[in-house]
Amino acid sequence: MERLTYLGVLLFIFVGSAWLEIALRTRVLRRWKRLLLALAVPFTLFVIWDVWAIVTGHWSIDPDRTVGIEMFGIIPIEELIFFVVVPLASILSLEAVRAVKGWPLGDEAPAPAADGRAP
Amino acid sequence: MTYTQIGIGVVLATIAVDLLVLRTRLVTRKGFWVAYAIVLFFQLLTNGVLTWLQVFRYSDTVIVGSQPDAGPPPFIGNGRIAFQPFEDLMMGFSLCLLAMALWVFWGRRGVQRTPMSGPPIWRRSGSRAAAGTPGADPSGPGNGQSPT
Repeated sequence: MERLTYLGVLLFIFVGSAWLEIALRTRVLRRWKRLLLALAVPFTLFVIWDVWAIVTGHWSIDPDRTVGIEMFGIIPIEELIFFVVVPLASILSLEAVRAVKGWPLGDEAPAPAADGRAP
Repeated sequence: MTYTQIGIGVVLATIAVDLLVLRTRLVTRKGFWVAYAIVLFFQLLTNGVLTWLQVFRYSDTVIVGSQPDAGPPPFIGNGRIAFQPFEDLMMGFSLCLLAMALWVFWGRRGVQRTPMSGPPIWRRSGSRAAAGTPGADPSGPGNGQSPT
């Protein structure tokens, strides 16, 4: 059970944010192409940073609290999942706030001219 | 370079990307800061558990605080907030701001701009008039159809 510690926390983050997709209709997972485009760059950059930091000795991850699958023999699989689940949770939070409050974020469609309401 | 120095640099670089490269300007928007406050709360909680259990251990020479030889780090103090080095908060902020800015960036470019989020299931659909075109729906006419 101890080896599931890190994975369990990741599951908590995912479940704790994914319910917004249903309850608040965030429609983030449904827009998966846009989601993949948004996640690709931070995932790549932060995984590179993480690998470098582990190799350099900036931090280490307890092998007794991870499942034991390591990419390139360096980075536990949990770290890769982390850099998907955490930015996903942040995007879900962003859309959740918009769903409730209606505050614009700058990606709204411009109002059509024929509508009589100037942008 | 220490984790502290890299963290500060990455925060500044990410804000510059938001303001100058992607021009999404999320750091000027109330919606971003409310969302980040929620993210921060859960980072303090979840990363706090992981650092308290010492799933993550940090080199003494790269953080402002230090890593105890045995036992968990202090809840607060010695450069730590909720067990985690405050440097982790800089990394978390950058990771989430970059992802959120890119999400908005691609939406603004027309990649799956719609269907917009909301309304919450406890509100009747159509009661929110703020964002989006009137009558816009997932399959409706309009702006989601022309990527780039």
